[in-house]
Amino acid sequence: MQQEQSSTFTTIEDVQKAMQAQHYIADRSLATAVFLALKRRKPLLLEGEPGVGKTEVAKVLATILGTDLIRLQCYEGIDISTAVYEWNYTRQMLHIRVMEASHLNRQEELKEIFGPEFLLRRPLLQAIDPTNGKAPVLLIDELDRSDEEFEAYLLELLSDFQITIPEIGTIHAQEPPYVIITSNRTREIHDALRRRCLYYWIDYPSLEKEYAIIMARMPDVPEQLARQVCTFVREVRGLDLFKAPGVAETLDWISSLLALNQKELIDSAVRDTLGALLKYQDDILKVGSSDLPKLVQKARGVSR
Amino acid sequence: MNSQHPNTPDKPGTTGTIELLPVEIEHGERLLFRLTEFGRLLWESGLNIGPRQMLDVAETLNYIDIKNKEDFYNTLKSSLLTRHEQEPIFDQMFGYYWFMRDNPNKKTDRGGAAKREERQMRLPPSERKRLAEHLNTNELRKELRQEMRQTERRRTHQEQDRYDDENDEAPPQGTAYSAIEQLRKKDFENFTWDEVQEAKRLMAEMRWHLGLRLTRRKKPARNGSYPDMRRIVRRNLKYGAELLELTWRETKLKPRPLVIICDISGSMSLYSRLLLHFIHTISNGLLNVEAFVFGTRLTRITRQLKKRDVDDAVRDVSKSVQDWSGGTRIGDALHYFNHKWAKRVLGRGAVVLIISDGWDRGDASVLQAEMDRLQHNCHRLIWLNPLLGSPDYRPLTIGMKTALPYIDNFLPAHNLDSLIYLGNLLSTIDDSKPDRSPAARHKAVEAWSKPRR
Repeated sequence: MQQEQSSTFTTIEDVQKAMQAQHYIADRSLATAVFLALKRRKPLLLEGEPGVGKTEVAKVLATILGTDLIRLQCYEGIDISTAVYEWNYTRQMLHIRVMEASHLNRQEELKEIFGPEFLLRRPLLQAIDPTNGKAPVLLIDELDRSDEEFEAYLLELLSDFQITIPEIGTIHAQEPPYVIITSNRTREIHDALRRRCLYYWIDYPSLEKEYAIIMARMPDVPEQLARQVCTFVREVRGLDLFKAPGVAETLDWISSLLALNQKELIDSAVRDTLGALLKYQDDILKVGSSDLPKLVQKARGVSR
Repeated sequence: MNSQHPNTPDKPGTTGTIELLPVEIEHGERLLFRLTEFGRLLWESGLNIGPRQMLDVAETLNYIDIKNKEDFYNTLKSSLLTRHEQEPIFDQMFGYYWFMRDNPNKKTDRGGAAKREERQMRLPPSERKRLAEHLNTNELRKELRQEMRQTERRRTHQEQDRYDDENDEAPPQGTAYSAIEQLRKKDFENFTWDEVQEAKRLMAEMRWHLGLRLTRRKKPARNGSYPDMRRIVRRNLKYGAELLELTWRETKLKPRPLVIICDISGSMSLYSRLLLHFIHTISNGLLNVEAFVFGTRLTRITRQLKKRDVDDAVRDVSKSVQDWSGGTRIGDALHYFNHKWAKRVLGRGAVVLIISDGWDRGDASVLQAEMDRLQHNCHRLIWLNPLLGSPDYRPLTIGMKTALPYIDNFLPAHNLDSLIYLGNLLSTIDDSKPDRSPAARHKAVEAWSKPRR
């Protein structure tokens, strides 16, 4: 019964192809991890440098499963009232006044005040709502930004997929959601949580893969430009930079170059648009000062 | 666990494409046994894998075609691995266990899985030793074992030398225990063997507190500044619609993270071992301490210091660090730290403690840029210099001169008293920002360049 939706994917290739159809180029190893996460209903913990497409996995997954994406962006101090549920206090108090005016029975009144219509559902509660027709994809984004307290709470949620609200009772997920957790490693995620997840490290793509990604995402890009950009970006990643560009930056850079009507890489245009690729002044100086013409030459040389 | 494993082969005749398990496809109990053995091997190599994970893997394997070696590898990897850092170890172990052990002639072909990860990272010595122990039963691995014996023998030589050095520096003189007061003021440099032991004991007794920072989390409190609406509504139900009792929440405080970067190059050799003990006492009592050591390059030692016993921990550190008592390149070490570690350990208002004498053989401009960046990224940058204990010390070396403007607190670290002073300073660090204006920098440099006393 539970397998009904995910049974459309019986092999790893199916997952890989479905993701490709949504313009997400996944390695077979990533497809395996996603496939297993679907089959085992285990959370998938994705780590990797910023901009390699961690969050995108969840979005694509929701699309290929034809289900909702519920996203929880983590930040320091995130707590139950912003992540799970909150009572609508204003409405509750107004309601009490109305009831008082109409002299109703106190017991009923109490029950009503803590009824579902006064409950504000936050992402985690939405994700395990028993009335969900299809299991949604729950994206817990940048978990490393939250603190230990929230992580501990999550541990409990992810093992049982149930939430207890004292006034109402325990809410069970009819269909546990597919959980994708991402982390940029600004803080170490605790071992206890890691052990409950499937783990996958998304690396920078290879030259071929990055080219495939560009062509999948932006089919209008001239082939020559795409090749040159891939080579250039790979060279830049090899330099000792503070923040090497991710795939997101590559795509961003290409659209900047397209906006300037570039057909291939030219020193001046590269210099002007470097800010789309590199996000630190030191890095821009480093790439821009010495080796830029050489890098551009190298990138152009390949496609000739 | 299911006693009946569903991967019983439906086709007994193996297809020709399988290289993974060359003799026959392993299945059922045999596969479970091999998996358990593999799990044990991983556990022995330091990966945190227990029976729970193994049960889980066994179940997970139902979903894939285990005859496809790449899928088999990917599945084991994403199920058993929890950290990127452990990938090389996993890959080596995987290659060894599933390819090499049964198949010694194929050693050159390391198998598709291991080949793809061409990172070529070598196992740390301790892991190699564990591997060797595992291999002991297996006579096929003789040559590998020989290689490992060699490296071990070499290491013991080094250790022997180091031990001799130590003895030269601090010959046991059989002096009586100094009075604690005197000991606290004595420079580490002049410690006798007995005094070193006594100092270690005193350090172990020190209790550390780090300054607190405001978090974004609120907790219930008697007198807070934020109304706790949930409790207010619940409490006041008994009064009807009137809010008579108010409850509050206030901001939760947490200790700041502490990052220690300690110089262990030659010029620091008199101090570095004692300082390691000191770092151990700090990191053992507190959460959120990250420790690094550097000579010519930076090594993270946080994990090694997690050992309870200080001597065990220090021994582990000395094993994992390659460049004891070599040259110093502070700038390069900080560059590496800023690039590889700063984003991971400097969040949440960290306090950075650099312990070094500032004798830098690297490029001053690198040091300057990296100090600047480091100071920008941390809440407080403290530099401990053992040489500062001497009254006529002035920061004249190029390294120290370059770094000085970017230091928030420049403190000595030559005797126990100075460490106690540091402890007090750490516990008083609050949310206020240190003055980092150019004028303040200039003033600090001026103050240090005048002779003291």
